[in-house]
Amino acid sequence: MQIEPRQSQNPLIGLLIPVASALVALALAAIPLAFAGADIGAAYQQMWQGVFGSRFAFTEMLTRATPLIFTGLAAAIAFQARLWNIGAEGQLYLGALAAVWVGTGMIDGPQVLMIPLVIFAGAVAGGLGMVGPAYLRTRFGADEVVTSLLLNFIILIFVQMMLEGPFKDPMGLGWPQSEPILDSAALPKLIEKTRIHSGLILALVCAVVAQVMLTRSTWGFRVRAVGANPAAARHAGINVNRTLMGVAMISGALAGLAGVSEVAGLKGYLTADLSPGFGYTGIVVAMLAGLSPVGVVISALFIASVFVGADSMSRAMGVSSYLADLTVALSLICVIVGGFFGRFRIRFGQGAAA
Amino acid sequence: MEKEIVLALRGLTKRFGPVTAADDINLTLHRGEVLALLGENGAGKTTLMNMLFGHYTPDAGHVEVSDFKGGMLRLPPGHPQAAIDAGIGMVHQHFTLAENLNVVDNILLGAEPLFAFRRDQKAAREKVRKLMEDTGLHVPMGARVGELSVGERQRVEILKALFRETRILVLDEPTAVLTPQEADGLFAALSAIVKRGLSVIFISHKMREVLSFSDRIAVLRHGVKVGEMATEDADRAAIARMMVGAETVQPERDSLVPGAPILAFEDVHLRGEGARAGLKGASFTLHEGEILGIAGVSGNGQTALAQIISGLAVPERGAVILNGTPVTAASPAAMIAAGVGRIPEDRHHDGVISAMSVAENMVLERLDDPEIQNRGFLNKPAMKANAERLSREYDVRGPGISARATLLSGGNIQKLILARVLDRAPKLILANQPTRGLDFGAAGEVGRRLLAARREGAGVILISEDLDEILQLADRILVMHSGQLIETDSRDRAAIGLLMAGQAA
Repeated sequence: MQIEPRQSQNPLIGLLIPVASALVALALAAIPLAFAGADIGAAYQQMWQGVFGSRFAFTEMLTRATPLIFTGLAAAIAFQARLWNIGAEGQLYLGALAAVWVGTGMIDGPQVLMIPLVIFAGAVAGGLGMVGPAYLRTRFGADEVVTSLLLNFIILIFVQMMLEGPFKDPMGLGWPQSEPILDSAALPKLIEKTRIHSGLILALVCAVVAQVMLTRSTWGFRVRAVGANPAAARHAGINVNRTLMGVAMISGALAGLAGVSEVAGLKGYLTADLSPGFGYTGIVVAMLAGLSPVGVVISALFIASVFVGADSMSRAMGVSSYLADLTVALSLICVIVGGFFGRFRIRFGQGAAA
Repeated sequence: MEKEIVLALRGLTKRFGPVTAADDINLTLHRGEVLALLGENGAGKTTLMNMLFGHYTPDAGHVEVSDFKGGMLRLPPGHPQAAIDAGIGMVHQHFTLAENLNVVDNILLGAEPLFAFRRDQKAAREKVRKLMEDTGLHVPMGARVGELSVGERQRVEILKALFRETRILVLDEPTAVLTPQEADGLFAALSAIVKRGLSVIFISHKMREVLSFSDRIAVLRHGVKVGEMATEDADRAAIARMMVGAETVQPERDSLVPGAPILAFEDVHLRGEGARAGLKGASFTLHEGEILGIAGVSGNGQTALAQIISGLAVPERGAVILNGTPVTAASPAAMIAAGVGRIPEDRHHDGVISAMSVAENMVLERLDDPEIQNRGFLNKPAMKANAERLSREYDVRGPGISARATLLSGGNIQKLILARVLDRAPKLILANQPTRGLDFGAAGEVGRRLLAARREGAGVILISEDLDEILQLADRILVMHSGQLIETDSRDRAAIGLLMAGQAA
């Protein structure tokens, strides 16, 4: 067996790999299902039903996909510049904290004023959350993987402290949760009697804008250049550090918007368990999407389907819902393995026949 | 008496998609023989060697090596370890060293067992030291390779290949980075080892070396072996014609009166990176319409000089005056805006972004140009038109302007950079090793372009380790050694060579 680098990359393969990875990951999920003693056919059917079985199920999936689009975009844009933002989870909480800070009575006004204000506050807070690690990277060469990751825990504890202190809802019966977001600051629901909210629209707009900016603007050109070859980018007169700081701000802001959307669109108030790891899952979403912003939307829908479908399956079949996490993890492994096949070709047998 | 055959390539063929990079090539190499392999870039030399080493699996044909007992042994295709075990060693054109390891570790890398409790550092160092003595190739043993100059790295590569029990050594342009004296020294050292039975396949563009060092010459063109002859029967013009398939014309420098000064260095000091020399009091003045050739072995301060002119560094002491204004801040963008065109030494590392398209690489330095963008959005039709025009005018060949730059050959990447730089009619051009690794045709093209820019009034700083190129193109010659520049009026290779080695002529 021979492994050879591919001479050129077929664009079709680039498209095929994430799709195949997703399907392989879903298929591999059958193994733990079998161990759990479940009827595999029925389990997959239940998963499918849990997502596409009813209008409500489908809107639940879209609701779950919304924060994943934001955090997926946060990772995709940062990774395009080879800025490894692993801190989207913390930036999400900073965004949510800023949203409840301005949105729970600090000021009040009409919806047209309050909603943009809450969104803006959350984006700025999230952006600032990544500016620190990026500054340490550009100024001192500190690895942002470590700093942004560790900052997550600091931020989460800070949020808990705020929820026990100044942000605590006096009407909350002692629970560590914030006051509810004012009606004027809440993101409107899209469909009555479902949980789907206009955060989804904002996420889709962000994805389209990110796609256009990355591929068609000089800013996106600089980001891609800095990511692909910082030495050549610097030689060509591109300010590498400034570009990285800008990317950090935007990546953090997108993660912050995930927090805004969850708190002002879905929950209505902030608790310390707002996110079941959306920030980390965003990394998988971005990798599965090949760092393409439009791809992020598709892969977020897939990952959300896995989560919602597996939840529904676990309720119906009595197997653990950790299966969803497992499938998501499997799809990341599959996409990394798949990326290998994109770059290399495997040849069987002896190449020479003399 | 015919000497014993140690290596035979039998009908090797390799296709990459529609391109046949090597087409049914047969070659034999005898014990104690130097076979020169000549050919333009893309003629198939590297592909052939990659098949010899098992890096590529041939589509047809095979490699045989002698089994020490008078018979021939067929190497399994696509199996590098088998080639190494058979005693084949290679010095690559592109370095294959680990920059974060020191010289001794690099030489040992791969030659040691993977799992061992302890490493006999002392014995290894002693063996490496002895090898350096024997070959006359000296490098500071404890230095990290990342701190070494390109020339020193080349020496490490050769030492690394010789360190194993090598009986067939492939040298891919080994002298590109050596002074004439060092090159002579290398050939003297190699000749001594060849007499003891080493066989050498020698890839080079330098006719003089090929004629003086080799025993036999094989010429490749477009993946086909077009000729093979004993060196004593060979003639320069005939070989060149065979390689190119047409007559070659060398660029000619016409006389010009230089104009006003555009760049002056006044006692410039800058620390070097790692073990490389920086600048220690460099002074010179460059005028319009003048090519200033900077000769010298790399690692003597050329990098620091190039960094200053590129805008990547500012002097620690002394002044750099560009168009009458002192340069005070390190800014590549400011240099570009001031009309400085920079052709970097390492085109893959600093010159192009290989993951981006040819068209994108062609506008890399002009992202603020209103012709290329409008309010921050790229003008894609203008980028396309720009890339098509430059590809045509500078003969950049490849799979197309939307293909990634990584798919271009070295020569075409250099043409891409030339196109990007020269198209903006720079007033000052820094050409740092502009023809390294290029073949006759491409190197001649670079020379012609630089002379054309000079005729238009540009001042050119030509940093090169190829003395022939400097003698051919430069109006004035400065020799760089240990961070200092010495101007010389001499046009004598030996005299300049002595200055390059740090001895007063």
